[in-house]
Amino acid sequence: MSGILVFVETADGSVDRLSAEALGFAAGLAKASAGALDAVVVAGGEEVASAESVAAGLGGYGVATAHLVTGDGLQAYAPAAWAAGVAAVVATGSYDAVVAPGSDRATEILAQVAARTGQPMAANVVSAEPGGQWRITRQRWAGSLLEDAVLDGAPRFMTVAPHAVAALEPVAGGQATVARVAAPVTDADLRARVVGRDVAAGAGVSLADAKVVVGGGRGMGSAEAFAMLDDLASVLGAAVGVSRVATSLGWRPHAQQIGQTGTRIAPDLYIACGISGAIQHIVGAKAAKRILVINTDPEAPIFRRASYAVIGDVHAVVPAITAEVRRVKGGG
Amino acid sequence: MRILALVKRVPATGGRIGLTDDGRAIDTRYLGFVVSPHEECAVEEAVRLIEANGGESAVMTLGPAEAADQLRDALAIGVDRAVLLETDGSDWDPMATSAALTEAIRRLEAADGPFDLILVGNESADSGGYQVGIRVAVALDRPVVTGIKALEIDGGTARARRQVSGGWDVFELPLPAVVGVREGINLPRYPSVPGRLRAKKKEIDTTSPEHASAGGPTLDRLKLPVEQEAQVEILGNGPEAAPRVVEVLREIGVV
Amino acid sequence: MGAVPARADVVVIGAGIVGNSMVYHLAEQGWRNIVLLEKGPLPSPGGSTGHASNFIFLTDHSKEMTAFTVDSARQYRELGVYDETGGIEVARNPERMEELKRRVASSTSWGIDGVRLVTPAEVKEMVPFIDESIILGGFYSPGVGIVDSLQAGTLMREKAQAMGALTVAAGVEVTGIDVVDGHVRGVRTDQGDIAADTVVIACGVWSPRIARMAGASIPLTPAVHQMIDIGPVPQFENTTKEVGFPIVRDMDTNMYERQHGTGFEIGSYAHRPILMDADDIPSIEASALSPTMLPFTKEDFDPQLEDSLELFPEIVGDESVGVKLAINGLLSLTPDGNPIIGETPEVKGLWSAAAIWIKEAPGIAKAVAEWMTTGKPEIDPHGSDIARFYDHHKTDQHIKARASEGFNKTYGIVHPQEQWLSNRPIRLSPAYDRHVELGAEFFEAAGWERPYWYGTNESLLGEYGDRVMPREAEWESRWWSPIINAEHLAMRDRAGLVDLSAFAIFDITGPGALAALERLCVNKIDVAPGKTVYTPLLNAAGGILADLTVMRLAHDHFRVVTGGGMGMRDRKIFQDAMPADGTAQLHDVTNAYTTFGLWGPRARDILGAASDGSADISHKGFPFLTTKTIDIDGVRTLASRISYVGELGWEIYVPIEQGLRVWDAIWRAGQPHGLAPVGIGTYAVTSRLEKGYRAHGAELELDFDLVEAGMARPTVKDADFVGREAYLKIRDEAPAAILCTLTVDDNTSKSGVKRYMLGREPILAQDGSPLVDAKGRRSYVTSAGSGPSVGKHLLMSYLPPDQAVEGNKLLVEYFGERYPVTVAVAGSRPLFDPENERIRS
Repeated sequence: MSGILVFVETADGSVDRLSAEALGFAAGLAKASAGALDAVVVAGGEEVASAESVAAGLGGYGVATAHLVTGDGLQAYAPAAWAAGVAAVVATGSYDAVVAPGSDRATEILAQVAARTGQPMAANVVSAEPGGQWRITRQRWAGSLLEDAVLDGAPRFMTVAPHAVAALEPVAGGQATVARVAAPVTDADLRARVVGRDVAAGAGVSLADAKVVVGGGRGMGSAEAFAMLDDLASVLGAAVGVSRVATSLGWRPHAQQIGQTGTRIAPDLYIACGISGAIQHIVGAKAAKRILVINTDPEAPIFRRASYAVIGDVHAVVPAITAEVRRVKGGG
Repeated sequence: MRILALVKRVPATGGRIGLTDDGRAIDTRYLGFVVSPHEECAVEEAVRLIEANGGESAVMTLGPAEAADQLRDALAIGVDRAVLLETDGSDWDPMATSAALTEAIRRLEAADGPFDLILVGNESADSGGYQVGIRVAVALDRPVVTGIKALEIDGGTARARRQVSGGWDVFELPLPAVVGVREGINLPRYPSVPGRLRAKKKEIDTTSPEHASAGGPTLDRLKLPVEQEAQVEILGNGPEAAPRVVEVLREIGVV
Repeated sequence: MGAVPARADVVVIGAGIVGNSMVYHLAEQGWRNIVLLEKGPLPSPGGSTGHASNFIFLTDHSKEMTAFTVDSARQYRELGVYDETGGIEVARNPERMEELKRRVASSTSWGIDGVRLVTPAEVKEMVPFIDESIILGGFYSPGVGIVDSLQAGTLMREKAQAMGALTVAAGVEVTGIDVVDGHVRGVRTDQGDIAADTVVIACGVWSPRIARMAGASIPLTPAVHQMIDIGPVPQFENTTKEVGFPIVRDMDTNMYERQHGTGFEIGSYAHRPILMDADDIPSIEASALSPTMLPFTKEDFDPQLEDSLELFPEIVGDESVGVKLAINGLLSLTPDGNPIIGETPEVKGLWSAAAIWIKEAPGIAKAVAEWMTTGKPEIDPHGSDIARFYDHHKTDQHIKARASEGFNKTYGIVHPQEQWLSNRPIRLSPAYDRHVELGAEFFEAAGWERPYWYGTNESLLGEYGDRVMPREAEWESRWWSPIINAEHLAMRDRAGLVDLSAFAIFDITGPGALAALERLCVNKIDVAPGKTVYTPLLNAAGGILADLTVMRLAHDHFRVVTGGGMGMRDRKIFQDAMPADGTAQLHDVTNAYTTFGLWGPRARDILGAASDGSADISHKGFPFLTTKTIDIDGVRTLASRISYVGELGWEIYVPIEQGLRVWDAIWRAGQPHGLAPVGIGTYAVTSRLEKGYRAHGAELELDFDLVEAGMARPTVKDADFVGREAYLKIRDEAPAAILCTLTVDDNTSKSGVKRYMLGREPILAQDGSPLVDAKGRRSYVTSAGSGPSVGKHLLMSYLPPDQAVEGNKLLVEYFGERYPVTVAVAGSRPLFDPENERIRS
């Protein structure tokens, strides 16, 4: 049996978003290679029931057989145990390719399966053409560069670059055949495992999760000028981020760097202050829904990415906005 | 304890990445080279853990002779020893890379005992393969977790945190283990001048590994993604634009 | 987005500190419709301004550069962006301590007060984190400071905008420059074309590339200057200022160190020269930081780290202080180390303002704007004039060779006579092989290898004994030989033959030639054919632009002869004066003729023998300041009876390919008369000083006038000429200074060693105070040298009239000591042979 296997993660009793993208990607491959589309879902403990319902519902995505891996040792997340389960499913059929979403968990699971089976893996793939040799295109440099490559393997392991392909919308009522698989988990697979969930530790607004991010770059002119960004961020409940130049110049810590080698942000609004918009910064902010640029130079490259812009000196504009927000909030 | 950090030499890219004429590599004529940022944090973490717990830290890379520069960067901030697996500079795929690293780790461990902890970057800045550390861990049969932004060592156990939506997953791993860290786990220190001068004088253990047969993916060519331009709405000039800005902030639900 | 205006009165390309200063000063000078183009983003477009260290040390041994720097500091202060931190140049070795004394002297000469030498303990007091045990002392200059150059640029732009004079277009790339019939007519950009008859290139390291678009040449090379920033420094933790301590220049290691907020910046000019091509500078997009902040090459800087660690162990050696930023910053280097400013000789209306550092930018911009507007820059820019370059200077090989050689001299102890060593020889006289045979010590001028003295004349030393004024101190003996003075005496006693190939020679011909020359020259050019006129040229303000001779060879044929050093600059002056109707033409015949000077009491005998009596060369038959064709050994030459040495004799102009033949003929004819080969050390220094002859660049500069220089003649010609109106006015006023010749009464230093000044030293009153004239100018030594025939070391200096009294006793400061001098001549009367009997014999 040839076909495509896709690893699906669930969230709140349904297919998570990146998995929906992976399903879309995998469905395309299945169609192109005229093979079946199967899925694998791993669940343990109390999550088995809802996972089963998700697995069955994968029929709506065109999945024929949804393998549901369960068993002892899957109560808490353990990367190697999950990998053992997926590897067991991979071993059941001669899949042309195994596809996973580009999440932290799915990536480490797929890499472990690839390592265990001695097969290559390509991360952050954006397109693939089945054929004698599979030609893939994948992201490098966090998406600021694409690589055309050949991927061989039996099967071929691929993670799908987040937000690079459209998520598949399920067709209502489609049902997949759910095949239960017992996870062959060994003690060694449980050496690295989640022992708890800590919600308190992420104090403050984390840059990666913030709904609003205020960013500053070279145009701020000095370390001291960032105080006005902190001020604006505090009235908006936003996180502060910076460009690489600002860290290189020692104005701000590395941890606040947005960009291809820094944090990637996905806020509803990114307010970019005195940032010219070097590509390596933009790739870190490209998941932002909207960008508001404040800059003296309307020719700065960041304007090409902006939804809104204020032309002017950040040192004057930012405090004015902060004051206005305060006024509006204060006045109800 | 003994800690090894695995690093990669990557160009410090500018605003726009340029390609060589054959499209198979990025144009590094005007670029400096650095330790890939996640791995820079791995090195810093190794130094901190040794400072706290005692022992010896080591750094290893697979790369061209020039990668000795990056090893010296690590030595400059306090890593004790450096190992260079020297290549001719060609691209090694993740399987070949991890095979060479694994073999070198076995050699070092045979001589001086096992590493309690092998720290790697979550993914390299350039090729972003997300797998070398995991392949090394599987080959050495050691527990591994990636994406780690906080790490504590408690006796024979590593406690590692990974950021997830709404909080942190807390992992435990018995040592020896492999941990893939992510930028943000620490703020790497800058090398001091004395550190730099010391690093200059240190020996680097250099060997040339066999290039294992390629597993893939096999690079054909690189290309630049098509940029998307947004339609920008100018909200005004100077501080007078503030009321209009706040109006927009309200419209989009930020205020 | 960003469409550019279709027309501009002037387009300034580049918005670094230079371009911003230019638009402000052009606006101040009354220009309107100025367009400033910048490829990068504002306020920091990515050029050298963006990574500059921004400190300003005021004192340079060059008067011109110091004047630009002092004016720049004034402008920065007025803009409120100058933080006067003080600065110390420290010495690690005794030679440097001596050099620091010289810097004190130059400061006094150029009017920078408050400077002083300080002890290691005093340095420690001002800079507590220095290890004073490794220094011998320092030169403290309280006016040194740090400027915010980006803010300064923004303010100047804004001022020009406030005057309604300026349109700024950033993000616009220049793609071409339109030139029609040798005149700039417009600038092409990626966002439209701008018609403009005046364009200023202020593009720093990119200037050569932009100039090339117009077919012009700006001979500079981008070069790396390495710097690192370390921090945070615990000692600066509570700092509220960017800089709270004086800036330190560690001169002997070619480095500087300064506080930078909580950081400490270490910069170096000690590493190997790392040069680039303007075309190889990365684009803004391709740069990691900026196009002029390139990846740091660690290995080049390692030795500097050790040096810095030695001087500042508390900070640099602190394990908690990290290297935060390390860059290879690009700056501009030129073949002679000077800026490149002025209208390009290739293209009318196209101006260069390049190779300019932060410390001098506003001052230079002001001068260039004045020059563009009125032709009257307040500070004489001749040392920086783009027109000074010969073609060989513009070759990549020459630029790179000299830039490499000059780079490590950035903080060097550079002797005033120091010769370049790289890319030589370039221009050779036809008699070059003879000079080599005679053991010539060659100095370079305008690319020519000129004998400064001849080794074989060592035999004369015995003849003249102590009259050659031997020197004891190493400094004055460097690039000098007592043979110079022996040659001088031999020429005065018998005769000397001087190779003057470095002269620049232009023939001006055509029916309009006379009118064009009259319009340019102070003295009357309408003389009989066969006559020679010595004349100054003035600028519109009456300042002295040049001095040269014009030979009228025929009614419509004139030959201009000027010094090689300013030859190309002078050629541009004459070229620009050629009438638009084409009735006069300039032909540069420099490379067609060589010139030999034959002077001394036996010169007539020798010339007579060499020319086989074929011409009447008696005093009556061949009077002073006339020319005549004379055949020497079958070569037809032009002889000109003239003298810059104060002796009977001639300059002999020879077709260059027959030059060797003529040299040999004169040489043979001279042997029975004791003819000696004489070098430029005599020609350009000793003999002219004894005669009180003035030299351009020393006594003759724009900030002096003919009355002050003692060169005003009784009458002024009727014909109008450049500067006439100003000159007439100046003649009606009392001069603010009078050029004098002074003798050093006692050359003995405190240590008993005789010392001999080399020029540019301050002249002081008996009480040690500097002399200041009514125009605020200090009295300093414009020229210095031996006077072997008068037995004194001679100095020239402009003195205030009340001091310019013969017999007046003054002091000269030299290496920290003061020596008594006497005003020997006030005015232009020669000290030697005051009645000029020798010349007219």
